[in-house]
Amino acid sequence: MTAPAVALVQAVWKRPGGRVGTIALVLLALLALGGPLLLPSPTAQGDLLHEALLPPGVGHLLGTDQLSRDVLSRIVSGLRLSLVIGLASALLAVVLGAAVGLVAGTRAGLVDAVLMRTVDALLAIPRLFVLLLVLAVWDRVPLPALVLLLALTGWYGTSRLVRAETVRLRGEDFVRAAEALGAGRMRIALRHLLPNVAAPILVAGTLGVGDVILLEAGLTYLGLGIRPPTPSLGGMVLDSRSVFVTAPWTSIFPGLVIVLTVLSVNLVGDALREALDPRST
Amino acid sequence: MNWLARRALQAAGTALIALTLLFFLVRSLPGDPLAILSEDRPLTSEQVRDLQRRYQLDQPLGSQFVAFVGGALQGDFGTSIQYGRPVRQLVLERLPRTLLLGAAVLLINFTLGLWLGVQQALHRGRPIDRVLTTLSLAGYATPSFWLGLMLVLLFAVRLHWLPAAGSLDPGLESAGVASVFGDRLRHLVLPALTLAAVSIASSMRYQRAAMLDALRQPYVIAARARGLTDRRVVWGHAWRSALPSVLTLFGLWLPILVVGAVFVEQVFAWQGLGSLTAGAAAARDYPLLMGTAVLATAAVVTGSFLSDVLHALLDPRARAE
Repeated sequence: MTAPAVALVQAVWKRPGGRVGTIALVLLALLALGGPLLLPSPTAQGDLLHEALLPPGVGHLLGTDQLSRDVLSRIVSGLRLSLVIGLASALLAVVLGAAVGLVAGTRAGLVDAVLMRTVDALLAIPRLFVLLLVLAVWDRVPLPALVLLLALTGWYGTSRLVRAETVRLRGEDFVRAAEALGAGRMRIALRHLLPNVAAPILVAGTLGVGDVILLEAGLTYLGLGIRPPTPSLGGMVLDSRSVFVTAPWTSIFPGLVIVLTVLSVNLVGDALREALDPRST
Repeated sequence: MNWLARRALQAAGTALIALTLLFFLVRSLPGDPLAILSEDRPLTSEQVRDLQRRYQLDQPLGSQFVAFVGGALQGDFGTSIQYGRPVRQLVLERLPRTLLLGAAVLLINFTLGLWLGVQQALHRGRPIDRVLTTLSLAGYATPSFWLGLMLVLLFAVRLHWLPAAGSLDPGLESAGVASVFGDRLRHLVLPALTLAAVSIASSMRYQRAAMLDALRQPYVIAARARGLTDRRVVWGHAWRSALPSVLTLFGLWLPILVVGAVFVEQVFAWQGLGSLTAGAAAARDYPLLMGTAVLATAAVVTGSFLSDVLHALLDPRARAE
């Protein structure tokens, strides 16, 4: 790792929130990756008569659901899916937002105006409603398309941040010097401007992971995201609705894992923001 | 009021572009908006043509667009597939419940939330500040649909303190005003608490930052030096100067509420716009969804316009920008 990256990791680690969030995230990632090696299959059903809705105990640490499947196994699979979707969508969204922001920021005039007016309008449409509309018309959306949809609805804020930083930096001496030396627009954007707007991009990307995980869980809860039999955290809460009064473990634990995951990501994101911009505290 | 006219024009422009984007978004999807109607039984080609005429899908895209924008401006979004009734009528029926829930959450966020934010700023960096920050972040990280279920489990199923769903006990429909009011209030508690818990973080955080900023201003230090009590310094001077920027929260808060209500109303069977939207999504009722999406967009644009206007009224510097 390069020196600024090491310094950043150290700065995050120095903050209590950043440290707790990092440790929790590492543990959750280990669980998501290593869990399947130790646990029964998340889709395996036992004896429906005797093994359905078992309370947490020795055989099944977090109990079983109404189809006698192991709740912990399903949580681990759902967690892995949530993390994959969250990371992939947030990464794509940030790349897209940075690209649009850089283009708008370096090309003043009409291109800038059109892009930013469009972003204003996009920001005015609540993200959930766009996704509901798309998913209501597009039945049984495949996972890569869902990831793409979450990314395509999550880049607007980043593009604004990056544009504002780019406009601010455009007048700085080092950019003018590069221009005077004959560097092209592309080279200036990627070599000189991008590294200097990396901080807000990093923060927006991290916080974006949590937003995506919550959104995906919500969409799945409404019956529109991940479809059964694929285990997902939101889907588990949905499935538990008919039994959660008598078997609360089917609903408590998947929800708790969502909270833990999103909270850990946001704690790291907050620590990053504080480390990069000490004035914000 | 040159500034006001410019800002209003900008809001109208944003809304128009947003409408355009919504229209072309739905039309560019790989799917048939009317597919849900032919799911159970195949339609004859005559029926399909009739439906396409009814939803104007047989017209060229350009005139469909003009009809859509024209309809949207008059609040006309066609007929709901699921209910077979005008979208406008359904929306108007459900609006009061959502406004009631929204008002309750607004009240909590703008009293408790702002007060907590001020307390955090006054105790910056101390344990109480850290605990409140972590708690509000945890609320922000909590899926509202799950929190709603957990509160039902605790307060309705286990403790029997509050009703689990609905907005009025069916037996009370002909009861006196006082008992109906009391019962409505009891039904409101859990949905409002759920929505407040997941959204209060933004008001706390915003107020905390604005207050910290205000406490650093020279006149606050001067007020302290003059020997004013802490209470007068905090609420009479610092908080008042932090208020304009806190008011812009209104624009931030509205979308959170509109979106949050979709899940919370669904969990609590609260008959508002949120549960209407969730039901429309589940039934793939796309005219109804389009109607609520446009309404939500209008709410966001109006909210941010109003918060800018309020901000400008209280802080003339904002008008110069």
